[in-house]
Amino acid sequence: MSVQGTETTTAPGAPGEDQLLPQLVAHLREHRARLRQEWSERIQQAGLLHAMTPQEMAAETTSVYDNYVEVLETGSVEALRRYARDLSERIIPRGVETHEVVGIVLLLRDVLARSLFEKYQRDFGLLNRVLDAYEPAANRIANTVAVSFVEERERVIRQQQDALRELSTPVLPVRERLLILPIIGVLDSERARQLTEQLLTGIRTHRARVVVIDITGVPEVDESVANHLVQTVDASRLMGASVIITGLSPKIAQTLVTIGVDLSKMDTIGDLQGGLEEAERLLGYTTGRDDGAAAP
Amino acid sequence: MTGPRLVSILRQGSYLIASIHTALDDTQMTAFQDDLVERIGRDRARGVVIDVAALDVLDSFATRTLRTIGEVARLRGAVTVVVGIQPEVAFAMVALGMDTGSVHTALDLEEGLAFLDRVVGSRRPVTTLRGGAG
Repeated sequence: MSVQGTETTTAPGAPGEDQLLPQLVAHLREHRARLRQEWSERIQQAGLLHAMTPQEMAAETTSVYDNYVEVLETGSVEALRRYARDLSERIIPRGVETHEVVGIVLLLRDVLARSLFEKYQRDFGLLNRVLDAYEPAANRIANTVAVSFVEERERVIRQQQDALRELSTPVLPVRERLLILPIIGVLDSERARQLTEQLLTGIRTHRARVVVIDITGVPEVDESVANHLVQTVDASRLMGASVIITGLSPKIAQTLVTIGVDLSKMDTIGDLQGGLEEAERLLGYTTGRDDGAAAP
Repeated sequence: MTGPRLVSILRQGSYLIASIHTALDDTQMTAFQDDLVERIGRDRARGVVIDVAALDVLDSFATRTLRTIGEVARLRGAVTVVVGIQPEVAFAMVALGMDTGSVHTALDLEEGLAFLDRVVGSRRPVTTLRGGAG
């Protein structure tokens, strides 16, 4: 947006380029209360941030406003980035969406731009130069906030994924030499690989001779998952442990037969209870009740 | 062959314990196979434990040799069990589609011997001298 043509219309004694931003900042500081209020109303009208209480909103909008003006003044987005990260960390668990965050920053940009129009309406040339100074800074701010928010959200997602992965593949010793591995959730190749590694390490650590893998919690099994299971069974056997698979649902069992995966080497038993009983039998345990009733 | 021994074959009762101490090349692997098969006959072994715990890789030739040893040993009257396959090795073998075929596997030496006791022990001839202590 060139302003060359309007340069000549600028009144003598107008501020130089390097004076524009400080003047702008002074203006925004002076009308802070009014502009912030206007901004809050626009946010409410747009129905953004309804997850926050009015008090929180007032506190956050004040902080955002001050940070905004500070960036215009110093030209450094570092403080703002830190603040945006911190804010995101607080509001992401509350369910605030990306479009809301971007939305409020853009609203603030518009509110401030409007106030500039108002202030400089009598001097079009000056207004143009002020906007030239203001717009890149304002866009940079919007960018910074949006990127910080998304980065923070991605960090949270990554963290949760890691936690989920850790949680979802526990290798549990139930008796001496007997491990169970309940698998919950979708099994992809990466997870299957990790799971096999954990299981093999578990076999060595616990000196396991029998492993029961329960797949009740696996929603779907396709050919590649089935092949992964076969590999897990083979690898465990190489380490001297036999594997019993339990919890094959009717649907999964039918799928496996239909797609023709070779499961002949797999020892399967209907449910986890049956699997544990079989495992105990293999290990030579007998379980009976205290009152002398014979075990089934 | 000079230098430290690559493989040791020890007798323990009616079992042979063969430990592979370091990665063997194909020639050494074949020599090991010949030695072991010969010792099974000489020592009248009923069971063989092959300990590969020191190996961080088992290639297809080694795997095939182990399988062959198992088959040959069976014909010579001994049960073979391979012990000490490390998790990474097991994983790699499975990923490459290699397995030990009909050769049994166990976690470690102790488990391997326990396995032989279960399998061979039950088949041990129980001939006693008349009037003996039994």
